[in-house]
Amino acid sequence: MKTLTRLAFCIAIMITSQAHSQSGSMVEVKGGEFIPLYGTKTEVPVKDFRMDVYPVTNAEFLKFVEENPRWRKSQVKKLFADDNYLRNWKNDLSFGDDMMPNSPVTNVSWFAAKNYCECQGKRLPTVDEWEYVAMANETSPDAREEKSYNQFILSWYETPNTYKNTIGNTFRNYWGVSDLHGLVWEWTSDFNSVMIGGESRQDSTGDNNLFCGGAAVGATDLMNYAAFMRYAFRGSMKAKYSIKNLGFRCVQDIEKSEL
Amino acid sequence: MKNFKNSKRSIVYVFFLAALVAGLFTSCEKAVAAKENPELMKVYGESEAEMTAPPMVPRPVGKRAATKLVVNMEVVEKEMEMSDGVTYVYWTFDGTVPGSFIRTRVGDEIEFHLKNHPDSKLPHNIDLHAVTGPGGGAESSFVAPGHEAVFTFKTMNPGLYVYHCATAPVGMHIANGMYGLILVEPEGGLEPVDKEYYVMQGDFYTEGENGERGLQAFSMDKAIDEDADYVVFNGKVGGLTGDNALTAKVGETVRLFVGNGGPNLVSSFHVIGEIFDKVYVEGGAMINENVQTTLIPAGGAAIVEFKVEVPGNLVLVDHSIFRAFNKGALGILKVEGEENEKVFGGKIEEKIYNPGTSVSEVAEETNDGEQVAEMSMADKMERGKQIYTQNCLACHQATGAGIPNAFPPLAESDYLNADVHRAIEVVKFGLTGEIEVNGNAYNSAMPKQNISDEDVAAVLTYVYNNWGNNKTEVTQKMVKEVK
Repeated sequence: MKTLTRLAFCIAIMITSQAHSQSGSMVEVKGGEFIPLYGTKTEVPVKDFRMDVYPVTNAEFLKFVEENPRWRKSQVKKLFADDNYLRNWKNDLSFGDDMMPNSPVTNVSWFAAKNYCECQGKRLPTVDEWEYVAMANETSPDAREEKSYNQFILSWYETPNTYKNTIGNTFRNYWGVSDLHGLVWEWTSDFNSVMIGGESRQDSTGDNNLFCGGAAVGATDLMNYAAFMRYAFRGSMKAKYSIKNLGFRCVQDIEKSEL
Repeated sequence: MKNFKNSKRSIVYVFFLAALVAGLFTSCEKAVAAKENPELMKVYGESEAEMTAPPMVPRPVGKRAATKLVVNMEVVEKEMEMSDGVTYVYWTFDGTVPGSFIRTRVGDEIEFHLKNHPDSKLPHNIDLHAVTGPGGGAESSFVAPGHEAVFTFKTMNPGLYVYHCATAPVGMHIANGMYGLILVEPEGGLEPVDKEYYVMQGDFYTEGENGERGLQAFSMDKAIDEDADYVVFNGKVGGLTGDNALTAKVGETVRLFVGNGGPNLVSSFHVIGEIFDKVYVEGGAMINENVQTTLIPAGGAAIVEFKVEVPGNLVLVDHSIFRAFNKGALGILKVEGEENEKVFGGKIEEKIYNPGTSVSEVAEETNDGEQVAEMSMADKMERGKQIYTQNCLACHQATGAGIPNAFPPLAESDYLNADVHRAIEVVKFGLTGEIEVNGNAYNSAMPKQNISDEDVAAVLTYVYNNWGNNKTEVTQKMVKEVK
């Protein structure tokens, strides 16, 4: 019953926020197959989908908590968000003067991010979808072999406090998606499915075909060290964690109308 | 027959003795083991570990019993100076490279709190080589930004151990400065000494070449090629020179806890002007005596001890010597006190040595005979750069910055710009004794350079027309006139 009401609530929200979500524009990503960091030989298929052009902003998330009191800072259940949830916000309905409305929202848990997307009629991207789009640079859908692409990402990983920047100031990639690199980390729906364990040097031993981390000799994509760091980051997460450098964006399936 | 009997008896004796000795040994071993099995050691009380930034170390454990020791450590990613005008985003344990020194004794129960600062971009963890257990604690301590991980272990083996981050990509985390030392003292502690210091070597890989100014990014390519731009003690060029120099007084015994974080290079650790009285080889229980240079592997450590008998500056180096003079692996231990001429008499006389003929004299004669045409300014600059690289760069550095307290700068050098004839003299005939350059005193020796007048003119022209100097053009004629 509770879930039902929640669903109804979400649908209601969905209808009201439909206009808003449209304005938070999306672009279409043509699916395909690629070999992600963790796969030895097999290609992973990715279906066509739509992705938000930008990560969700403070202003957008503020609207969300206005409409959904249970995701307000003071009311959120501890099970769904740790003490760092919206930590920089001044109070329940204000994100504070030193934060920009069009900076990405951070310090949100996976539960909150997931629900946000659901209430927009969207969902969080899978790791594969995210990585698929993120391997593009401005001109090529797969730039992983390019030195400048890797260099850009690595240098971002070494630059502190980029979460304070505003959206749309990095590059817009081949698919028309912005800020996948250079602004904040982003939640994915199955962030914990590919683990770089705490003991990353062991991930390559044994029978599993995950070979992340230190012993990267077997990786198909040796130069893509930046990706190792993303997988390591995801591996350190739990769904209730709220991190200063971690935001999110949503995606949407493309319904093929078969008439 | 009698002989045979005798020998048989002696064989029996030998056996008996051997058995006795063996018995003694095994029972001894047992007694020792029973006394020292760290696993069974009882812990008394609880305290928070004293943590110190390099080059300092916490107080010795002394005679204290094993205890429960709470260690608090914070991971901080921050921009710091690598060299003059060069900065780097270091990843650190407790905000320093190397991280805080941890001092424990055998049998301690350590409760380790690893906190990752909320501003961190990345998750981190710690692998302590002093831990007996999977990953040295790496998995148990894996911690996201803005979180804290707690794990426990018991110190089973005395020795000096490296700790480091082991999060993917491991090499990069170490290359960015995530390492330090943990000392596990034996029961009763190490023998007291007068001075103890913490020194750790590391190699760094930057996008720009050594000396290139500004914020430098990490270069994965160079790290994989093991082509280091900087090899330094305590995290930066000059980490142990100038105001950061170590100090001691004549007659004191100095103990250095020396580690090597790597990630790649093995250190040939040497102190110019001293002999290590004792080396705890590889940081373990074996003690070697009277050692000149000790090898410290990446991810390894050594304890060295020596009594300083005479005053002066002892120079800590990686004796893979280009690293010391060209990449930064150079530190100073300043010893003050009374001269001791019994140990070191110093220079007592200097006189002319003239065996009659000399190679360089012959060369000079031919040079004198030939009248070489004066080079163009452009040629001089090019030739000068070559000569500089071959003869001068090792000490005065590629940027002419010199090395603080060792080799004076040529860049914006008041000493140089004040007197071109003196400069020519220095290059032609060498220079010893104290001089003052840009307000700092230098007292070392520059040898006479065995190069032609033409080359002296070229190299000085190169130096004068670089690094903010007064653009003097030095000619062969000017060089020839200085005699």
